Amino acid sequence: MMREIFNVAFITGLLGATLRMATPIIFATLGEILAERAGVLNLGIEGIMLMGAMTGFIYTLGSGSLWLGVLAAALVGMLLALLMAFLAVYLGLSQHVSGLGITLFSTGLAMFVYRLKVGSPLVPPTVQPFRQVAIPLLSKIPIVGSGLFNQYLLTYVALLLIPVISILLYKTHLGLKIRTVGENPFAADTVGVNVNLTRTLCLVAGGALMGIGGSFLTLAHQNMFLIDVIGGRGWISIAMVIFGNWNPAKGALGALIFGLLDGLQLRLQGLGFRVPFDIFLMIPYLMTIVALIGVSRRASVPAGLLKPYRREEKGG
Amino acid sequence: MMRLRIVKRPPLPGWARIAIPVAAVVTTLLLSAIPILVAGANLWQSYYHLFRGALGTRFNLLETCVKASPLIFTGLAVAFAFRAKFWNIGAEGQLLAGALMATWIGIYWTWVPKFLLLPLIIVAGFLAGGAWAAVPALLKTRLRVDDVVSTLLLNYVMLHILGALLFGPLQQPGSSWPRSSEIMEAAKYPFLMIRSRFHLGIPLALVAVFVLWFINTKTVFGYQSKAVGVNLRAAGFGGISTTAVMMKTALLSGGLAGLAGVGELCALQYRLILDISPGYGYSGIVIAMLGGLHPVGVLFSALFFSVIIVGAQTMSRMTGVPSYIAEVVQGLALMVMLIFLLLTEYRIKVARK
Repeated sequence: MMREIFNVAFITGLLGATLRMATPIIFATLGEILAERAGVLNLGIEGIMLMGAMTGFIYTLGSGSLWLGVLAAALVGMLLALLMAFLAVYLGLSQHVSGLGITLFSTGLAMFVYRLKVGSPLVPPTVQPFRQVAIPLLSKIPIVGSGLFNQYLLTYVALLLIPVISILLYKTHLGLKIRTVGENPFAADTVGVNVNLTRTLCLVAGGALMGIGGSFLTLAHQNMFLIDVIGGRGWISIAMVIFGNWNPAKGALGALIFGLLDGLQLRLQGLGFRVPFDIFLMIPYLMTIVALIGVSRRASVPAGLLKPYRREEKGG
Repeated sequence: MMRLRIVKRPPLPGWARIAIPVAAVVTTLLLSAIPILVAGANLWQSYYHLFRGALGTRFNLLETCVKASPLIFTGLAVAFAFRAKFWNIGAEGQLLAGALMATWIGIYWTWVPKFLLLPLIIVAGFLAGGAWAAVPALLKTRLRVDDVVSTLLLNYVMLHILGALLFGPLQQPGSSWPRSSEIMEAAKYPFLMIRSRFHLGIPLALVAVFVLWFINTKTVFGYQSKAVGVNLRAAGFGGISTTAVMMKTALLSGGLAGLAGVGELCALQYRLILDISPGYGYSGIVIAMLGGLHPVGVLFSALFFSVIIVGAQTMSRMTGVPSYIAEVVQGLALMVMLIFLLLTEYRIKVARK
């Protein structure tokens, strides 16, 4: 057994699978971090990802263009995030319940639209999915090269977004505004930052990332839409935000660990080992609950999270 | 430029507590017309088949009751928890815990006298759901772990526990599917009406409505649980042991959700499968909110959604509108109710600048 696990092909395959399985989680985690940094917990994430997965798939099926599918998924994510902003930012409704409402609504809508467009044929339709793109030279590095540098373009984009969002949040004026809105909206308002607009823009940008993350599952990882295609990956992303202390790099690291676990159980199953893979898949959830202990006392949680901003009700 | 301002309003009179959910239902049904029209169906025909499919014949009416049973249980579970501000999003996992316990006893406890088996399963299923809810409650009270996220995540932990068991020790011998063997005959809920699936779980759900109403209005614990929800600190200063009340609230809430799982297993499925619940735990959130967190409100709101879920099947067959409309309606209802609740506390003023 050990010989089979510790050979080159297995490691190469595992590295590749890790990045592949982490990609949608990285997109969604970064999207959620944007929203939460501005003070809005978006529990609509699971539903938005499913709508992204469905829209990307249906649009590609119709248009034949994978990238148009990804674009459509991003747009749908933005629209749903706008609805979330209307409920949780402008009306100031409970972020928890608004988010769950968005998830329930989007989940229903995704299945509704899919059934409407595709019907219920015996063999579900498929698209020609994205192909992996090998980076010249780097992909020729022994052992790790063809695992790490022979990926889908969207995976490279996800990895590239980690430093981009980090720099945006920590090194730019806009990032400072976003973090202030999430920390202390009253202070932000005092210095002339439009709190609700900033929150809305962060939600919408985050929604686009969630939608794209969802579409990766139907356009790259798989080539069809199944109702349970997201399978809790949105909630995993919520978990990764907490696990990563609202920091993009740490959150993405969590996503990669999840990808590794997920890739490992897939690979081991592929080799015919009877592993209780459910126990593997439980780990990220349990890890997060442990990470949640004492989080409310840590400085890293945005102080304005979950609190609607109403100028008249200062002092919250 | 137009600006929306949200200002507090004086409390609404008592009749609003009924009027608001009714208005929310009407608004939801109006909004549901959009997906129906998009699907290219005739609106009146669709609504006609929706309600006829749920209420039109004896069999369908009883099926609607069958569907209502788990929804009443999860609705009550969420409502009682929310009332104490224990944000239990985990009714789904607690339901599964109840079903798992019922499966285990129903298959393996062959030494139990037959007439004791079912009462034992019901009690054990309640405790299993309660225990699974006690975990996040304990984390909340002792370690200040956010209950929304922990209950949500524990749903998936329970789902994976089920998966591990159904691919392992609980798997039906010789089967390659993740499913258990069938429970013993004596462990099955009796059917109470001929030519229907009207089972013991339905009167049990009604009893639960009454019991919860009784607890809420007539017992010290019900009062304390609400006091903890209204103001945790004040309740503590007032001499209520808030931790103990929170734990008991979680136990009762999770237990009710567990009974939903027991009912689905012992009355309908007879064997544990991974998709034993099509999200009844999450529907419970919508039902509790629409029911104003009141047991009787939950009863009516659960009946409303059973009508939608059962009727959507007929509507789908007759008009081609996908039956997933039922899920869309649930999501819409939650958002609409949330907005209507806001209007009970605040007014939205449109100011021009």
